Amino acid sequence: MAQRSNVSRQQTIIAIFLVIGVIYITRLFYIQVIDDSYTLSANNNVLRYVTQYPARGLVYDRNGKLLVYNEAVYDLMVLPAQVKEIDTAEFCSLLQIPIEGFRERLDKAKKYSRYKPSLFEKQISKETYGYLEEKMYRYKGFFVQPRTLRKYPKPIGAHLFGYVGEVTQGVIDKNPYYKSGDYIGISGIEKAYEEILRGKKGLKIKMVDVHNREVGSYAEGKYDTVSVTGQDLYLSIDGDLQEYGEMLMAGKMGSVVAIEPSSGEILAFLSSPTYDPNLLVGRVRGHNFKLLSEDPVKPLLNRALMGAYPPGSTFKMVNDLIGLQEGLLTVNTHYFCQGPGSSPIRCTHNHQSPLDVYVAIQQSCNPFHWQVFRSIINSAGHGSLRDNYVSWRKHVMSLGFGEKLGTDMQFELSGNIPSAETFDKIYGRGHWNAMTVRSLSIGQGEILVTPLQLANFAAVLSNRGTYIEPHVVRTIGNQKTLGTRFKQHHSTIDRDHFEVAVEGMRQVATLGTAKWYQIEGITMCGKTGTAENPHGDDHSLFMAFAPADNPKIAIAVVIENAGFGSTWALPIASLMIEKYLTGTVKRTEIEEKMKTTNLIN
Amino acid sequence: MRERNNIFSNIDWQITVLYLVLVLMGWLNIYAAVYNEDYSNIFDITQSYGKQLIWILSSLFLALLILLTDARFFSTFAYLIYGFMIVLLLIVLAVGTEISGSKSWFQIAGFGLQPAEFAKFATNLAIARFFNQQHLNLSHLNNRLFPLVLMGIPAILILLQNDTGSALVYSSFILVLYRMGLSGNFLLAGLLVVLVAVSTLMVGTTYVLFLLIGLAGMLFFFMKRNRKNIISLVALLVVAIGFAYSVEYGVDRFLGDHQKARINVLLGKTVDLKGVGYNVNQSKIAIGSGGFFGKGYLNGTQTKYNFVPEQSTDFIFCTVGEEWGFVGSTVVIALFLLLLVRIVVLAERQRSEFSRVYGYGVAAILFFHFTINVGMTIGLVPVIGIPLPFFSYGGSSLWAFTILLFIFIKQDINRNALL
Repeated sequence: MAQRSNVSRQQTIIAIFLVIGVIYITRLFYIQVIDDSYTLSANNNVLRYVTQYPARGLVYDRNGKLLVYNEAVYDLMVLPAQVKEIDTAEFCSLLQIPIEGFRERLDKAKKYSRYKPSLFEKQISKETYGYLEEKMYRYKGFFVQPRTLRKYPKPIGAHLFGYVGEVTQGVIDKNPYYKSGDYIGISGIEKAYEEILRGKKGLKIKMVDVHNREVGSYAEGKYDTVSVTGQDLYLSIDGDLQEYGEMLMAGKMGSVVAIEPSSGEILAFLSSPTYDPNLLVGRVRGHNFKLLSEDPVKPLLNRALMGAYPPGSTFKMVNDLIGLQEGLLTVNTHYFCQGPGSSPIRCTHNHQSPLDVYVAIQQSCNPFHWQVFRSIINSAGHGSLRDNYVSWRKHVMSLGFGEKLGTDMQFELSGNIPSAETFDKIYGRGHWNAMTVRSLSIGQGEILVTPLQLANFAAVLSNRGTYIEPHVVRTIGNQKTLGTRFKQHHSTIDRDHFEVAVEGMRQVATLGTAKWYQIEGITMCGKTGTAENPHGDDHSLFMAFAPADNPKIAIAVVIENAGFGSTWALPIASLMIEKYLTGTVKRTEIEEKMKTTNLIN
Repeated sequence: MRERNNIFSNIDWQITVLYLVLVLMGWLNIYAAVYNEDYSNIFDITQSYGKQLIWILSSLFLALLILLTDARFFSTFAYLIYGFMIVLLLIVLAVGTEISGSKSWFQIAGFGLQPAEFAKFATNLAIARFFNQQHLNLSHLNNRLFPLVLMGIPAILILLQNDTGSALVYSSFILVLYRMGLSGNFLLAGLLVVLVAVSTLMVGTTYVLFLLIGLAGMLFFFMKRNRKNIISLVALLVVAIGFAYSVEYGVDRFLGDHQKARINVLLGKTVDLKGVGYNVNQSKIAIGSGGFFGKGYLNGTQTKYNFVPEQSTDFIFCTVGEEWGFVGSTVVIALFLLLLVRIVVLAERQRSEFSRVYGYGVAAILFFHFTINVGMTIGLVPVIGIPLPFFSYGGSSLWAFTILLFIFIKQDINRNALL
């Protein structure tokens, strides 16, 4: 009896052992085999996904001169889940941030994710990084990620290049490529060519120990992806011309755009006042951006694309071309001009009368062009006056006005060539006529053009009726050409008629309003403009191309509130043409005057 | 020479091999747990795995010494050894060094020695010696209380050293007492105590009250309804309810904040992955991420990169779980179960009561360590810092467990000797 009881007690004890064993094995099966959340947590513990940010592509000018490159900086990243008690005061003083900022940043990072890295402090300089690196082991949960920032060897081309900034939440939501903290081109070619310049991000998976020290790469780098550096851009811009233009435009509000007529390649693209593009890079960007955006002269505004000005007299050839095309104007047509006493538009120049189209262009005669315009609207012969206006507008727009030109830069305005509907709305249908809208005859009134459109018009004239969509990029990376990305457009005006307008413009530069600024050995065809505008003094405009028989450059210069076109816009255009075509400027006196005059009050 | 041949022909190879396998596995896992490429030599004695090798070799030497000692030495001097250990425990209380909160170490020539580890086998010897008396009449109250006193003295002294885990080990002798005739009701009562305590802490007294009444009702329905049974049932119910309330009161009143926190984390009532729950959470992550086959030897990341604290001592099982997966964990558990069952089987075949009781004591102590240690790494029992026998890094514990086990092996070799 006792024996049996002892045996059963032995068995009970063995059973207790086995029960515990079974419970433990079951539990192990659950946490090791069934529940895979532990694997995930283990990965979160030990794996750190380090994005490899590629350097953005470099930017060169048409002569291979480097315009934009990169400089290394370091972003301090944080993994909130790993942050332990650290000496906040020391940490903040190293980073030169206020102590209150520490909590704030950490909370923000936690809000995003506890296990994914967030940006803690961006763009630490090499020097600060040097100090920080030695003490990194004390700051668990923090690590440093190398980045690159834009750097500009010369302080030019701010509006052309645009700037790079951090992606906004809106972009992240729309485009899965971007993650918080990524950089993206925000304006200029940085935005237009973002996908080419940015390259491709890579990913390195590293293992870290509990002290957040890197202890090697995961699976010997099997799952890593390599980052691909952005492709370089070769611009059509001539860096020297750009620099020269910016120098001339200093102290003036306005814009200069120069185009190679045969290709549509933009040679110079500037908006003034401008700023050093290095100001909008790195940690100082926010501060400087605020200063620039609050500046009353609006240095951030890209006037070349977003400035819309009445073209004034530079528009006069448009009416002549349409008149010639519609058969209402010939080289033999003469109109009378009564000088300042003319009605309804007075003439501001002293010249012969009656006069033909050449002299009319050369002397920028208002009454002549009013009469051309009136005959187009009244008797183009296709029906009603309104229909004639609609057909006039179509001709105008075929010359690259009133619509975006389809350039490769962002935020282009379309300018304005008022539609018949607009006038119907203002005056009532049937209640307006040539007289009502007479300002259009001399490029005033509702007409607005951008400096780019004006330069393009100069190119159209030099090409005798065609243009290729103006653009700033010639080639990308190793590609030879851009292919057919930028299309050729044909105007509705016959080629022959352009000869008349061009001859008028040649006379402008030799006999007319531009004769004082001739370039030695180079014939220029141009047209001045002095545009009245509701915002103050007249705008000074000039458009031209040169040399006359083999045009290499078409240019438009607009200077706000500077008075006569021949006083400021013309000499600047003339100097730039000289600079581009001859490489040097001999007329140093004019150059000096242009450079040093400040027209911004 | 005859003596020695006798030893090796009579030694139980199963236990000996199990011991060697566990010690070797422990060593390899300690190496993996703190693996560092700068010190990749497993024999490097500046690293814990190199030191563990010294402990292993010296343990084998100790084992050999024990095998060569006369088996009767241990029963004869059981009380003396016990007394000596009690004195050591007293001395360490007075002049010991405090390491991580426990004042339980002698610092000798750079090595720490923990008397509490050795007190276990000494107590086991004393208890075995006590039960070895012929004509022991257990119906005498004194005879029942004496083993409790033998267990209680070292337990209290160790508790005073602030080493709760090692003190709790002495409760494992309840298995020995059960084998020696203690009513099974005590085991049941113990189980009931644990169940009531845990459920009280988890769901509160109100639910436990309903639960107990419901349980009693069911028992009433099924049992033989005589007067005696009904009275016992009611008494049991009252005691259980009273216990539930006193658990709540006791935890509230007597436990320190960090003990309460540990209990709450274990019961899943609070999630505190940064503080108290950190160890257990990281331990579970390490084991759980091992998967079925494990990450492979030396490929563990959680232990190697120190996410798991105490990864070579109390949490050594994490390395097993992470690198050897479910398969390896199961093998280790199976090896321990085999060892325990083998000890019990051997204990049962002893002719001397001393050897049998001592054997059960060995099984009970190893079982307690195994259950608590593995249980805490997989989040089934509270974190109580006691080592996994033969596995965990540490000289004192390896020596003590080796002595504990080999005294029994020696007794077993001599089982046929004349009493």
